[in-house]
Amino acid sequence: MKEYLFLFHGPKEPMSAFKAPEDFQKHMDKWQAWMGGLAAKGKLVSAQPLEPGGKLVAPGHRPATDGPFIEGKDMIVGGYLICRAESEEEAIELSRGCPILEDLDTSIVEIRAIRPM
Amino acid sequence: MANREWSLEQAGFSFRREAGRLVALLTRALGTENLELAEGVVHETLYQAMETWKVSGMPDNPSGWLYRVAKNKALDALRRRRHEVRMDFASPEERSLPWPSSSDSEGDNGSREPFSTNDSKVGSQEASVLADDMLAMMFACCHPGLTPESQVALILKTLCGFGTTTIAAAFLTSEDTISKRLYRAKEFFRSERIRLAIPAGETLPGRLESVLAAIYLIFNEGYLSATDTQPSSQPTVQPIRAEFMVEALSLGKLLADDARTTSPRVAALMALMCFQAARRDARLNGDGWLVPLADQDRNRWDQNLISLGMRYFALSAEGEEPSGYHWEAAIAMEHCSAASFADTRWDRIVEYYDALSALGPNLTVELNRIAARLEAEGPAQAKAALEKVAARFSCEGLALYHALRADILARLGQIQEASEAYAKAIAIAPTEAERIALQIKCEKMRAPRPNRPPADRHGEETPPQAKSGGESLD
Repeated sequence: MKEYLFLFHGPKEPMSAFKAPEDFQKHMDKWQAWMGGLAAKGKLVSAQPLEPGGKLVAPGHRPATDGPFIEGKDMIVGGYLICRAESEEEAIELSRGCPILEDLDTSIVEIRAIRPM
Repeated sequence: MANREWSLEQAGFSFRREAGRLVALLTRALGTENLELAEGVVHETLYQAMETWKVSGMPDNPSGWLYRVAKNKALDALRRRRHEVRMDFASPEERSLPWPSSSDSEGDNGSREPFSTNDSKVGSQEASVLADDMLAMMFACCHPGLTPESQVALILKTLCGFGTTTIAAAFLTSEDTISKRLYRAKEFFRSERIRLAIPAGETLPGRLESVLAAIYLIFNEGYLSATDTQPSSQPTVQPIRAEFMVEALSLGKLLADDARTTSPRVAALMALMCFQAARRDARLNGDGWLVPLADQDRNRWDQNLISLGMRYFALSAEGEEPSGYHWEAAIAMEHCSAASFADTRWDRIVEYYDALSALGPNLTVELNRIAARLEAEGPAQAKAALEKVAARFSCEGLALYHALRADILARLGQIQEASEAYAKAIAIAPTEAERIALQIKCEKMRAPRPNRPPADRHGEETPPQAKSGGESLD
């Protein structure tokens, strides 16, 4: 069993995709169902959302700067999740249920295998 | 009022309900002219909550979390807009943000601190502040300067947290129309500088009347949707929109629980809504279709709600002239206390309809009264009464009229004429659910099951002030 990192890339201003409180509720319910499913199968290791802001620190003693972040444009990493999977194929399969793919048009889940120590 | 066991009360957390509470709190603090700003702050707050909670789970006290974040966002917004947002701190009726916390020196009045720093449970004092804000908001939403349509849209949007899509679907209108109504209402708030306050003294009864009317409209939309949920697609016929019923009951309960706003009329409306809501589950069959009163499984009526309704009904009897809500509640109570359709005390129900009818001319009331007379006095009298009403009012365009006429003719054994009347009713019935219910009635009449007495084919009267559709169908 290997561990995989899911990086959730989404639009910088995803809030406009949610018009009413009901939409928030639905999206959160979907997340809880998806993550609950992963946890029930023993696949979930951990997950955290990320604050939208952040700093970039470059070599030398230049002051740290606000974004734009590396991936630039209108996309931003909104959170991450680490899961267990037998193979990359299984990790892909697990990621398919991620609600951002359904509710946020331009979203992407980046899957990276974690190299064992 | 001991009604904690109220079974329709929503347990658990809902973004939608929290949105309504937060908008009321913030609008009270910022003024109605900043309703838009309050909504924006609430939207951002809910978004942040969702983003945080979807992965890490909900905090122990999600409401407290939301209030804290909303407060900070509102203060930020005020700092940014210091010169735009004019707040009248000098006025005793207006307040600064009602929840200054120790970390926010901005709110230097230091009066109340509803949320301790560790987000412990919202206490009773805070709950009453919240109820106060929601009541004030309710009265503002039902300001007589706004049309009833705008009042209802505003309540559903700001106090109940429904999206414009849901509201538009419920009232079979476009989102654009709903948005325009909301926009006009906000403009009105801005231009008239409406204050969020609970009216007192002589103005209260009149203002309360508009609030009750709006609540009843919302309830009726939940009780029997006047419109199909999705006009074009068939499988989801949703004749009962439980959420609207629950919201109407919650709003009514706020009025009933507050010493300043409660009145016999409020209690009567609460009683009426409890009795009607008690039958909710039994009114739908497995396919989600409306079941006529005569065929409902009375064991499925919610006895908790019925007894709650009885308590409100007792309270409604104090002082004051009986209102329409009183008579309607009395009718609903008769139905709820009858052991079976046959055991219903139709003579009393007819009397209550007589009283209701005496309050003013109302075609729906007249027709429902005849439906009750059909049971109390038989088809011949009912037919004569119906002919009189048809001469006084124009009934042709009303599905309820044709359905009732069909019921009477069927009882007289005039199957062919009854079928034609049913066909007319079906052709103009406003919703699919009602068309289906009529269809079933008509088919049953043509091929009655041998073990059923003919009385079983007949329907129920429903709230006379409900929208003039085919109400007597279930």
